[in-house]
Amino acid sequence: MSTTTPAARHTGAAPLDTAADFPILSRTVHGRRLVYLDNGATTQKPLAVVEAERRFYLESNANIHRGVHWLSQHATELYDAARATVQRFINAAHADEIVFTRGTTEAINLVAQSWGRAELRAGDEILVTAMEHHSNIVPWQLLCEQTGAVLKVVPVSDAGELDLNAFDALLTSDTQLVAITHVSNALGSINPVAELTARAHAAGAVVLVDGAQAVAHQAVDVQAIGCDFYAFSGHKLYGPTGIGALYGRGRILRAMPPWQGGGDMIRTVSFERSTWADAPQRFEAGTPNIAGAIGLAAAIDYVQDIGLERIAAHEHALLDHATAALGAIRGVRLVGTARHKAGILSFLVDGIHPHDLGTILDAEGVAIRAGHHCAMPLMTRLGIPGTARASLAMYNTTADIDALTAAIGKAQDLFGTHRHA
Amino acid sequence: MNDSAPDLRELYQEVIFDHNRQPRNFHPMPDADHQADGHNPLCGDQLTVYLHIEDGVVKDVSFVGHGCAISTASASLMTEAVKGKPVAEVEALFHDFHALLTDTPPARDFGKLAVLAGVREFPARVKCATLAWHTLHNAIVGAQAPARTE
Repeated sequence: MSTTTPAARHTGAAPLDTAADFPILSRTVHGRRLVYLDNGATTQKPLAVVEAERRFYLESNANIHRGVHWLSQHATELYDAARATVQRFINAAHADEIVFTRGTTEAINLVAQSWGRAELRAGDEILVTAMEHHSNIVPWQLLCEQTGAVLKVVPVSDAGELDLNAFDALLTSDTQLVAITHVSNALGSINPVAELTARAHAAGAVVLVDGAQAVAHQAVDVQAIGCDFYAFSGHKLYGPTGIGALYGRGRILRAMPPWQGGGDMIRTVSFERSTWADAPQRFEAGTPNIAGAIGLAAAIDYVQDIGLERIAAHEHALLDHATAALGAIRGVRLVGTARHKAGILSFLVDGIHPHDLGTILDAEGVAIRAGHHCAMPLMTRLGIPGTARASLAMYNTTADIDALTAAIGKAQDLFGTHRHA
Repeated sequence: MNDSAPDLRELYQEVIFDHNRQPRNFHPMPDADHQADGHNPLCGDQLTVYLHIEDGVVKDVSFVGHGCAISTASASLMTEAVKGKPVAEVEALFHDFHALLTDTPPARDFGKLAVLAGVREFPARVKCATLAWHTLHNAIVGAQAPARTE
């Protein structure tokens, strides 16, 4: 199968088969076929993305927003086009509402240090959930130290679902910000972000949604969600590392002060006083990751050519298959059984620590994550030190799940835990 | 990095399974005169090492905690290896054991600790095997902060 005509064949009702578009998936690890099930950490890149970055450096590289020369204008056009691609991808109303960042983490820190430091006062409250990734906890803790604001936490159930009654109870007139993940990276739970946004807005709070684990797996429409900020990373969306985006509602973004100073973010500079460029440039100090933005746009084009609905359908079918397959192994317990789940399977195997399991699966060529998944408060809540996590992407197949379950069986053989199951 | 198939039996030897299932000296020591905590936040391994040192000799040693098979077995084997030894000898053994896992192994008899040499082929697991030793060292020198190997 050709790897140079991605997506052309991805039409109709045939099962999704995209592995050939991802060159790395044909390599071996420890002499075995690579079975890559660590997509929650980062996805692999299709050739279209690798080629887009390569082509930029080979044919279009120049700095943006400053050159009178043709090549600079060309690079600027590509960068601006990438911003428009992101805008359409998440259905933002205007391209000016898209700020390029290094990733989700930087996007959240931007909101905390710009919007947060300008708007929050001592006693104001920030509401997060117990299932947040550290990147949607720690920036708010820093902000609380700086402003005297207070962090409040919405609890989750044993199944990994938000306690919506507690959410309502914790949402008060002191709540200035609700910062919530769209999809839990550790458990796969999908939160009802539109509903939560409506409730938060009714209470007068601003809403940030961490979309890092969502955008590659379901269509996201920030206007339909209604949130004020939405953050995501390119590298979990089949794009390059070091590039991501922050959506900010125009009215709010335009009123926010800069958070980093430097070139590109200013209008005029004098030693008496400098003035700022408009959003989004105000938040993009210094030469940005131009090639990364272009690679991200190529990733979005690739995903949209295939269609997020097809990707979501494929991953949900695979999730159901994997849930049943893992559930059928004696001694395996799934952690995170929310009714609405994305393609993330956190699990424990009786008598085998997740870290040992990760090493044994790796020897079989099966790449999973083992540990706390940057969600230590959630692991504490669930009373476990960590889990093994298999996270799915569009290119995974039932053969990958078969390899996973076979490797778990080998681990149980090695540890002699079958008889204890 | 070499990606040839690792031999899991080199890492997970029967002695390691035995010490993981039934860790030796696995209990708190209420009258310990030295103790320290160790924690690997990344994998969640957590343990406390207790010591009773008399006249510069480790008279008694124990540990509690939880972790992967490698870290639990290493802690258990460590307690057996250091009990009754002079503190200076214990510190030298830690140094040599660390070299066994990461560097040129020194020419010495490691006794049962040698079963952990297989960890060399699994760089991601060296920190599991050394956490107990770093914690032991902290207990000896009276360090306040928990030991970490990551």
